[in-house]
Amino acid sequence: MVYKTNLRPAWVVMVLVLLSALAFTWLKTSDSAPLETSTAEEIKPVKVDLSKFTNAVENEKCFRCHGQTKYSYMTSDSSKTVTKRMYTELVMDRDIFYVSNHREFKCTDCHSEDYGTFPHPNELRMEAIATCIDCHGGDEKYAKFQFEKIESEFLASAHSEKHSEDFTCWMCHDAHEYRINARTNENLKETITYDNMICLNCHGDVRNYQLLTTKAKPNILQKHEWLPNQVSHFTNVRCIECHTRNNDTLEVAHHVVPKEEAVRKCESCHSKNSILYASLYKYQVSEKIEKEGLVKGLLLGDTTTIGPDKNNTLNIISLVIFGMTLLFIIIHAAFRMKK
Amino acid sequence: MTKHSERLYLYPVWVRIWHMTNAILCLILIITGLSIQFSNPSTVVKFNAAVAVHNISGIILSISYLVFFFGNLVTPNGFHYVIPVKGFLNRLLRQFRYYTIGIFRREQPPFPVTEESKFNPLQQVTYVLLMYVLVPFVIISGWGLLYPEITISGILGLSGLDMTDLLHITAGFGISIIMCVHVYFCTIGKTPTSNFRSMIDGYHESH
Repeated sequence: MVYKTNLRPAWVVMVLVLLSALAFTWLKTSDSAPLETSTAEEIKPVKVDLSKFTNAVENEKCFRCHGQTKYSYMTSDSSKTVTKRMYTELVMDRDIFYVSNHREFKCTDCHSEDYGTFPHPNELRMEAIATCIDCHGGDEKYAKFQFEKIESEFLASAHSEKHSEDFTCWMCHDAHEYRINARTNENLKETITYDNMICLNCHGDVRNYQLLTTKAKPNILQKHEWLPNQVSHFTNVRCIECHTRNNDTLEVAHHVVPKEEAVRKCESCHSKNSILYASLYKYQVSEKIEKEGLVKGLLLGDTTTIGPDKNNTLNIISLVIFGMTLLFIIIHAAFRMKK
Repeated sequence: MTKHSERLYLYPVWVRIWHMTNAILCLILIITGLSIQFSNPSTVVKFNAAVAVHNISGIILSISYLVFFFGNLVTPNGFHYVIPVKGFLNRLLRQFRYYTIGIFRREQPPFPVTEESKFNPLQQVTYVLLMYVLVPFVIISGWGLLYPEITISGILGLSGLDMTDLLHITAGFGISIIMCVHVYFCTIGKTPTSNFRSMIDGYHESH
């Protein structure tokens, strides 16, 4: 047998691979947000224009000292200026405060008016700090967010049970800094990073972790060694999806469970009834569906989980094609047997 | 037309080993692929087990494909995948007519199997489409899903990972359909089982 040139089909593959490599290189270089570099720094708020805020001038009286790491005052006999370091936990970043949920607040809305005098009266150290429920509880305006239910979930959580009253809402939701993301931010990656940084603020930082415990801070990466594609999971899924008891009626689940009860089954997310659709993708999917329609909303969203069949239309099409193939085979075979 | 003998040695050992490996891997990949695609807590093959088996089988399939690809470059077997352009459409239609009409009238196949041409025109097109388009697609997209961090995160406003996933399952579905038809058409031989025997002993029995 004469062996002629047989490169033609192989060329198809070689050209295909070459084109794929070129397209990949071009697209990868113009890719906006590589996973590895998606850190909290990227979503740090930009400098804000203070003139837009009604209470900014009033608040500056506080920020003048508490907005920086050092503060200065004149001695009582006005003989010299003394500069001292501000305690780290008393330093508030204006840029973070003015993009937070409470950006329109006056400092004295929550803190005593007596802070207007300096030195601050000593008894103010005993001032009780308001919890979320103090303002948001029993208020019709916030009824849909079910703060009371959130509180009961939080009280049943591992955070509250293990640390008693030391662990308050403030641990995760510092009223000076916290801002809503999931409902307002269309960039899912930013929401995930922001929410995960809340957990990592303690679980990734030994200084904060040991404020409430004497235990050594566990190594997060080691603890999650069993999880395949760690980078992908950490940047695409919030910690709370696996570490809270999912509650579909709540906007965000607050019942943090002990580590032994955390989700470990792949099917919990990688299935048609993925828990992610009840929490993480809840807003994105419903908004996309509203804007783009059911098919496009589900297909074109940034809600990738490998495995679950999100698009029923494609499933129906594939079943029809498969059914027609089988029918063709059966009819053909029947005619062959009949001949 | 070339005169053909009763028994032709068409399938050398490497082709039979590759074919058997490929067949087993495809079956495993289809079963585990469906388990992943329709993942559910009650699925028989559990998601993590299905993913592990699917990944390992996919890696072996990639190696097996390289054996096929380079084997076809350096041995005469690759010649069977070269489609002569001249008169091709006409030959394709003749073969199609045979499968849809002629076969039921006990007509002789228009392109009997010979040592120079073991595939009829319809087989040639299907196998080239399968082995040089769909399988490379499924392998490349499979590696993209295996290492999602190397996959483009977005393309034309669409999720890159979603598109890779869609490409992978579409190519996988195409391969599954071709495989079903391939197995059925293999029953069109001297006897319904003779073509299956050919892939074991290497000898093709003519009609």
